[in-house]
Amino acid sequence: MTDIADQRSDLTELLDHVVIRFAGDSGDGMQLTGDRFTSVSASFGNDLSTLPDFPAEIRAPAGTVNGVSSFQVHISDHDIMTPGDAPSVLVAMNPAALKADLGRLEQGGTLILNSDAFEARDLHKAGYDVDPRHDGSLEGYRVIEVPMTSLTMKSAEPLGVKPRDAERSKNFFALGLISWMYTRPIDATLQWIQDRFGRNAQVAGANRAAFLAGFHYGETTDTFGHRFQVRPAALPPGEYTNINGNTALAWGLVAAGQLAHLPVTLGSYPITPASDILHELSKHKNFGVRTVQAEDEIAAAGVALGAAYAGHLGVTTTSGPGVALKSETVSLAVSLELPMLIIDIQRGGPSTGLPTKTEAADLNLAVFGRHAEAPVPVVAAYSPAHCFEAVIEAARLALKYRTPVYFLSDGYLANGSEPWRLPDVEGLPDISVAFAEGFNHVDEDGNEVFWPYKRDPETLARPWAIPGTPGLMHRIGGIEKEDGTGNISYTPDNHSTMVHLRAAKVAGIAKDIPQATVVGDTDAELCVLGWGSTWGAIADATRRVRAGGGKVAWVHLTHVNPLPANLGDVLRLYPKVLVPELNLGQLCRIVRAEYLVDARPVTKVAGLPFTAAELESAITAALA
Amino acid sequence: MSDTIVPITTKKDWTSDQEVRWCPGCGDYGILQAVQFLMPELGVSRENTVFVSGIGCSSRFPYYMNTYGMHSIHGRAPAIATGLKVARPDLDVWVVTGDGDALSIGGNHLIHALRRNVNLTILLFNNRIYGLTKGQFSPTSELGKVTKSTPMGSVDPPFNALNVAIGAEASFVARTHDLDRKHMMETFRAAHAHHGASFVEIYQNCNVFNDGAFDGVTAKQSRPANMINLVHGQPIQFGADDERGVMMGADGQLRIVEVAEVGVDALLVHDAHRSDPSLAFALARLNSDDRSPTPFGIFRAVERPEYSSAVANQVMEASARKGPGDLAGLLRSGGTWFVN
Repeated sequence: MTDIADQRSDLTELLDHVVIRFAGDSGDGMQLTGDRFTSVSASFGNDLSTLPDFPAEIRAPAGTVNGVSSFQVHISDHDIMTPGDAPSVLVAMNPAALKADLGRLEQGGTLILNSDAFEARDLHKAGYDVDPRHDGSLEGYRVIEVPMTSLTMKSAEPLGVKPRDAERSKNFFALGLISWMYTRPIDATLQWIQDRFGRNAQVAGANRAAFLAGFHYGETTDTFGHRFQVRPAALPPGEYTNINGNTALAWGLVAAGQLAHLPVTLGSYPITPASDILHELSKHKNFGVRTVQAEDEIAAAGVALGAAYAGHLGVTTTSGPGVALKSETVSLAVSLELPMLIIDIQRGGPSTGLPTKTEAADLNLAVFGRHAEAPVPVVAAYSPAHCFEAVIEAARLALKYRTPVYFLSDGYLANGSEPWRLPDVEGLPDISVAFAEGFNHVDEDGNEVFWPYKRDPETLARPWAIPGTPGLMHRIGGIEKEDGTGNISYTPDNHSTMVHLRAAKVAGIAKDIPQATVVGDTDAELCVLGWGSTWGAIADATRRVRAGGGKVAWVHLTHVNPLPANLGDVLRLYPKVLVPELNLGQLCRIVRAEYLVDARPVTKVAGLPFTAAELESAITAALA
Repeated sequence: MSDTIVPITTKKDWTSDQEVRWCPGCGDYGILQAVQFLMPELGVSRENTVFVSGIGCSSRFPYYMNTYGMHSIHGRAPAIATGLKVARPDLDVWVVTGDGDALSIGGNHLIHALRRNVNLTILLFNNRIYGLTKGQFSPTSELGKVTKSTPMGSVDPPFNALNVAIGAEASFVARTHDLDRKHMMETFRAAHAHHGASFVEIYQNCNVFNDGAFDGVTAKQSRPANMINLVHGQPIQFGADDERGVMMGADGQLRIVEVAEVGVDALLVHDAHRSDPSLAFALARLNSDDRSPTPFGIFRAVERPEYSSAVANQVMEASARKGPGDLAGLLRSGGTWFVN
């Protein structure tokens, strides 16, 4: 089939970027619609960033504001860092979606409404007393009403699909319409419909018919005037794929296993928003990956630790509530000095909190959340694609220093996606380490012996002697160990030595990680210090401030514990330090304590990432 | 590694250089000796043997074995051992635990290790008391037990350890006691030979906090009246002259009967391989207390798929079907495009 989009020669208006938000009921397939639009835009060559936003309930009461599921996608012809501050187009499949998301739409933005869903009953469920289409509340927007439900059902009539089933395809009508408006190629979507739904010919047929009906509706009615074009972005040359954070993370774990020449064993208990990592890793057993869906979070950590003891790359994946449960096992791993990855996909809390919404408030938990003196390195990813290389780095540290390592991502990175220039697999770092194979000490009587806690003088790591190695049988446990021999020791001096050694080992990692580097104006008065997923919003915000003539410096951390060795010196260069965080100032408090700098927090705890505009105004205000 | 020739060893080779620190007179010594005597007979190597324990007096066990060992955290040994076994099905993994460790704080991990049928040999030292914390009641302490935390008597009814295991679908369930090394060794040998999760409850005397808890059954003078040795394929009989036995009544209840009254043919014949667990369950709770006839031996030994080999098989099957992992291919599996 030839591509209709390419054939059309009618007027298109060039845009450098557009932000579109699809909003509907949880059962309306908005995530699928958004995903599909994203994939097409990615392969078309746009730069993009996405923000899926959905309720925790699988099916909240239909038609209510609580049940609204949205997907925001930002596409552009230049490199972008965020899913966009405010959508310029909002597709609202029902009044509840309109009510939930209208406030996000930019002034003068385009509002596409499914007019079939504005019956009195629908309005009532959404909590509208009067029809918002007629009370003036939509003034200032370009409102386009399309009877999507009835047109979708009509499109499926010739296929003999039952009206109730046909109605379910209305998200494809919306996708078709938006695909027309933004001159997206359609062949790939038609093929995808066939691949995904082909097993059920009626469903595939209805979705295809609805998609084409939406596309043709745009083409043949005068409602829309002209189309828009967002040209491919001038991204660095290379081969790209569209990736979300959880997939990048799972692939990063597979890669880490390959690069370490170790099988990966994952212990995990399903939890939002981390479960997709378990799902993805379970598909890759041919890489030697073992996955155990454990009976609980504690067991999941235990499985990872047991596997690590056996010589695997042991990993456990979870979110905040699960981290809390794993804490005792992590402390044991600190004491046993075995490598292990604890991956925390942060979400709004405390407790169940906002399972599907993002927050980055587990920094304290990762850095400090254990009993006694139990230091653990912490690595944080800054973008969806960055999860890949960052988790390899976390594995490198765990293996080299025989320590549990926390890896922090969040719901925004986990589900958000962006184009990723594929790395050269051959160029990825070798992170392999050697197992102990023989004796490492001569005792007082001149006998060669194995000391499980005799450390590498450089890294302070102890030998990793795995069961099955002849001659190196030894016992390890949570009771304090004698320095060197590893035998039980309760003596005061030895405990002090061991506590300090464990602290020195983790602190010493600062010598093995990149120095903090400043982006932007090194002579600025103000430095923004960020970590994790605030990266995109900070990048956009600092860019805007500098474009407006302001001077601002920016340091972004991947290693949160230990901090880069030069960070204190860098921060002290700036009279003002601003720390944006999706918490109430956790990193800010750490740098104040560590370096006695007067860092100030910029906080947001709304279950949503920062917008660039929010940070731009925070920086501008701080500069004033 | 299993097909390498295992050197001949003695008990001494399996004994670590660490000083054993249980209270003098503790039943744990007898169990340790039984295991150390048994290991040279099993045809396994020390380097391929791992003892994993939780927390509690019994959990100090790994320190005393010259094998690999991990003294872990309270209740979690079955979970850690599962990870170890999944990673390395070739290793011989033993879990040593107690009534508090396995049935209280770690109850969830125990039942799921049994349900999954991970090839572990689990030794539960049941002394019906918390020893390491100096004498609180445990989940196997009898109702009304007066302890430091229950001065007016415990209002917690106890678990029956074997019933928990059988309810969790354990494929091998046995009971032995700390005073009979030969019986312990034979029971542990069978448990070790079983392919799957093996659960052995060991009646163990805590001579400091719960002394004599099992005397009514395990003391020499009590054995004729109250110790029933289960033998597969044999009628369930006991007594100085095998004069008593176990019979199922018309109501389905198990009863202690006089052989002279009912005849040997009326007795239950023990069948450890019976797929239905109901009889094993009933036998495990035949004794109402520790002063009445109590069965010992192997209650249940049935074959069912083992977990760590099933996990390994899926890895092999995936590799056979898809070929070895190709990282560059994986990164392209979601579709790619080129920017020139």
